[in-house]
Amino acid sequence: MSRTLKLAAALAAAVAFATPVFAWTPTKSIEFVATAGPGGGTDNFARAVQAAIVKNKLIDQPIVVTNKAGGSGAEGYTYVKGMAGDPYKLVFGTSNAWQQPMVSKVAFKQTDFTPVAAMVQDEFLLWVKQDGPKDVKEYLAAMAAKNGAGKMGGAQSKDTDELLTRMIEKTANLKLIYIPFKSGAEAAVQLAGGHVDSHVNNPSESVGQWKGGTQRPLCVFNTQRLSDGPKVTATEGWHDIPTCQEAGLAIPLFQQPRTIWLPLKVTPEQVAFYVDLMKKVQATPEWKDYIEKSSQSQVFLTGDAFAKYMAEDSERVRKVAAEQGWLVGN
Amino acid sequence: MENFDLLLHGFSIALSVQHIALMVGGVLLGILVGVLPGLGAPNGVSLLLPITFGMQPVAAIILLSSIYWGALFGGSVTSILFNIPGEPSSVATTFDGYPMARSGRPTQALATAFGSAAFGALVGVVLITCLASWIAGVALQFGPAEYFAVYFLAFSSFIGVGGAPPIKTLVSLAIGFALAAVGMDTVSGSVRLTMGIDELVKGVNFVVAVMGLFGIGELLIAVEEEMDAKAVSSRIDWREVLRTIAGLPRHWMALLRSAAIGCWMGITPGGPTAASFMSYGIAKRLSPRRARFGQGEPEGIVAPETADHAAGTSALLPMLSLGIPGSATAAVMMGGLMIWGLNPGPALFTEQPDFVWGLIASMYLGNIVAVVLVMLTVPIFAALMRLPFFVIAPLIFIVCVVGAYSVSNSYLDVLLMMGFGVLGYLFKKLDYPLAPLVLAIVIGDKAEDAFRQSMLMSQGSLKIFVANPLVSTLVGLGFALLLVPPLLRAIGSWRRSSRREP
Repeated sequence: MSRTLKLAAALAAAVAFATPVFAWTPTKSIEFVATAGPGGGTDNFARAVQAAIVKNKLIDQPIVVTNKAGGSGAEGYTYVKGMAGDPYKLVFGTSNAWQQPMVSKVAFKQTDFTPVAAMVQDEFLLWVKQDGPKDVKEYLAAMAAKNGAGKMGGAQSKDTDELLTRMIEKTANLKLIYIPFKSGAEAAVQLAGGHVDSHVNNPSESVGQWKGGTQRPLCVFNTQRLSDGPKVTATEGWHDIPTCQEAGLAIPLFQQPRTIWLPLKVTPEQVAFYVDLMKKVQATPEWKDYIEKSSQSQVFLTGDAFAKYMAEDSERVRKVAAEQGWLVGN
Repeated sequence: MENFDLLLHGFSIALSVQHIALMVGGVLLGILVGVLPGLGAPNGVSLLLPITFGMQPVAAIILLSSIYWGALFGGSVTSILFNIPGEPSSVATTFDGYPMARSGRPTQALATAFGSAAFGALVGVVLITCLASWIAGVALQFGPAEYFAVYFLAFSSFIGVGGAPPIKTLVSLAIGFALAAVGMDTVSGSVRLTMGIDELVKGVNFVVAVMGLFGIGELLIAVEEEMDAKAVSSRIDWREVLRTIAGLPRHWMALLRSAAIGCWMGITPGGPTAASFMSYGIAKRLSPRRARFGQGEPEGIVAPETADHAAGTSALLPMLSLGIPGSATAAVMMGGLMIWGLNPGPALFTEQPDFVWGLIASMYLGNIVAVVLVMLTVPIFAALMRLPFFVIAPLIFIVCVVGAYSVSNSYLDVLLMMGFGVLGYLFKKLDYPLAPLVLAIVIGDKAEDAFRQSMLMSQGSLKIFVANPLVSTLVGLGFALLLVPPLLRAIGSWRRSSRREP
């Protein structure tokens, strides 16, 4: 109780002190580096933040979004890592900032960046083709009957999608073939064509196909159902999708944070400026619209809370990665 | 003819003074970014994206797609005049466009390219109009095995035709595959062939490679040969443009064939690059004038340009109907769609008919505006060829360096580009063909991914490549294109020698 109180006090103090003039404000254009290709989840995230800032004139300087998707996003991280001391470069990513260095010999570590904030938690759902299994139990039975030949599509290798696939395998005690594609959108098209049996896309990656009646979600990897909203199809909305736990697949929570980082050697004033800017972004109607359209959950993790979250998530990823033999000595 | 009514409705939306002004502005801007290699359509579109946030979705997509059309046309200019393709899909245009321009016919070369490009685009739009709702499903039949079969077909339709000895083609192809493998591997998630250079994790960018191989390589050869003889005294005449356009229907066979290849590759998401290479390769096999290919033959320009634009246009169809962008620029536009509050996908046609049909109508209008504007610029661009070599050489060098840098603001790319220049020079000197290398860089890693995904799916069995009629037809065609010409040649030479011997 006292912790909540302290937190509330700190928040109140932050709000009280955050409004006046800052010790630092940008004096030239800012580059948002999206560690995903155009149209990818991280790209949409960066562009939504850009749109919210530009439309509401939150700062006077122009913002440019550049895509550095090479090496599953490693290109963007490596680029910003080399910009130490430059407060005009922000890199937009996911949990891959700490996950990728664990499983791949890339040239960056999470400690090469100054964390700004995590602003969204994207959800994961289990999707099948429209005429596929009708619920999770039927799906698991069908996959078990395929005797190791059931196919799960996903974006990239040894990233969140494959991690979740391996967790499903372990929980349901079956074997799946994981097929990595360049993006979740590609995996969705492959499912619509019946080339794979399922995928675990984020809501925004497959909502178009759900509306169009080529695939549908079986369950969501969250402890509670997604929030109520307008119907997506004629009969169903996001809230009608059961959680995986209640549907018979005991993986309570699996989410992907969307994160923002500065290079190292920036001043605390500069970090504070961006933390405050992102808070303002979250209050804009454009941002609310983005959250609702993409069916993600809004969060705001910064400072110690963000660090704690990262430590916990790293531990969880490390466990699965170790079991699978993915860890590299980085 | 329900689609036709919808199209007329679309025209009524697209035809307004504001929209036409946006088209003209967009096309001019597009030509500009298309002409400067390294900038290119995707960058132009993404730079302008923020401006469109406050616009109506229809106006915004008209502006962005006009930039796209302008850039597609503009991309051919540097390929033809200076042998520097600004986009992967205009590489094949250099094979005959550049020799033609060098031989004193730059006006004719440019007009041929623009004319056939416009024809290709038009066929693509007509196809979208008539079959929009039906054809969307075709792309769904493409799994990894089918993708691999399409890439295989593109390789084999192109490889067999070169005049170079097979072993040299193989060397060139192998170097290309090795370069395509640099960086992060999609299937295993490991980093390959970066040789300790951290930045190489992003892989070797196509534009960087091509500007070095073609632009700088050509420059080195020219410097070595003779500096002053290189200015071309071209006749610059508006009538020449009209005469060339009037002469285009003579190549009707090549136009139709290339448009068909282009549309097919655009819908099945093979893309414009594979389409232009494949179309050039097939034209070189089938054309009655095939002997003159590579020396400035008009059909060698018609084939890749028509296919490139037919594919580029019909590639917008999978974007709208399935939410898979067929090209990098389409991908940026798709990002735009989402910001404007539209969800690309099957539902778009039913939920946003005004937007979709307004866009399709604007494709007709935008292409007409684009072709008129580029035709007007032909003599201006052709006049560039009159500049003496000592002016043009530093210009080309600057364009290449700036272009390589602007791809991802990296000095490493500039160094790589120079390295590719030396490689290009060596290839020319030693008579190795460049085209297989370029083709391997562009679609090599996609082909590799598709093959390995297929192997994962079939658990290692090659039977997946004959598992259904679609994939076995594609693979069969590929083998036929690969094996028939050498077999015919072998039989021919065997006959000749057996006739001589007795």
